[in-house]
Amino acid sequence: MRYIEPHAHMVSRVTDDYRDMLTAGCAAVCEPAFWAGFDRSSPRGFYDYFCQLTDYEPRRAAKFGLPHFCWLCINPKEAEDVKLAEEVIALIPQFLERPNVLGIGEIGLNKNSRNELQILERHVELAARHDQMILVHTPHLEDKLKGTKLILDALKADKRINPERVIIDHVEEHTVKLVLDAGFWAGMTLYPETKCTAARAVDILECYGAERLWLNSACDWGQSVPLAVPYAALEMRRRGHGREFVDRVIYGNPLRFLSQCPKFKLAEG
Amino acid sequence: MTRQQLLDLYFLEARARLIDVAAFLDRLDRAEGKADFRLEAFKRALGELQREGGERTDAVLRSLSDPTLEPIPAATTKAACGAWPGHA
Repeated sequence: MRYIEPHAHMVSRVTDDYRDMLTAGCAAVCEPAFWAGFDRSSPRGFYDYFCQLTDYEPRRAAKFGLPHFCWLCINPKEAEDVKLAEEVIALIPQFLERPNVLGIGEIGLNKNSRNELQILERHVELAARHDQMILVHTPHLEDKLKGTKLILDALKADKRINPERVIIDHVEEHTVKLVLDAGFWAGMTLYPETKCTAARAVDILECYGAERLWLNSACDWGQSVPLAVPYAALEMRRRGHGREFVDRVIYGNPLRFLSQCPKFKLAEG
Repeated sequence: MTRQQLLDLYFLEARARLIDVAAFLDRLDRAEGKADFRLEAFKRALGELQREGGERTDAVLRSLSDPTLEPIPAATTKAACGAWPGHA
């Protein structure tokens, strides 16, 4: 089995997780910028975080021969402070040419507030101006449906944005169709409680097809499972799906989406 | 997969979760004090399980979701609680 982990917050994980992911067949890991569990006190905190994502973390992964890529932004959980968010967004362009940066993400909404929406639009503007791909976080639980609708409206309002170069993550049964019908890619996050279980993710694949869907663990400092993607692959096999289908979902699809960024290259074999 | 195969694969797991839900509600019944809006939201979502036609998951998720469309004035918390208080 081979797979790509397209959404994992490895700065929150121990090195043993890299070893386990490699053992399970991981061919690359992609790390969107996110909330640290506490609010950073200044833009310098983000500068250091972006250095960690673009310098230190790829070197840590490389010790296991694992290619590490990242996405940069200020997470919507810290977007309520518009002044701070704008100062952080101003830092991002200097990092965009670094070899492991795939684009802008994970941007989006958290509580669906006006300030969060304003900062989402600033990120979309940044991505459009620099011709960057986008990875979108959709809100949690009761806020997801409304937030997904607001995010789709914001993305569709900017005609420079090509939906094929945008993935909207954390979809569930009530949001996946909205995302796919609008032409975007959709990501399913495998969490024990608050997002998709493996069985539900396979349900969604069976109902909506595997054309523009990927799976990720979004493992971070909270309850999450770094091997959730290969576990979901086992669930697909239990449900009678063949090896080619599984390979397409967990390797081929992320490869197809991410390869739209010329920097996303994997070693042969 | 056939219905028989799906039952073989998932029945015991679903049965266990169903009993967990029953035990959760019994536990709340035994407890003292007032419940907040989440209990009513939970019971309303349970009603969606009676639907036919393969739309239960979508209906449960929508039942627990904020149905409004306007951004809120400001985020006063970062966390989501799993149910929308506006239905209460």
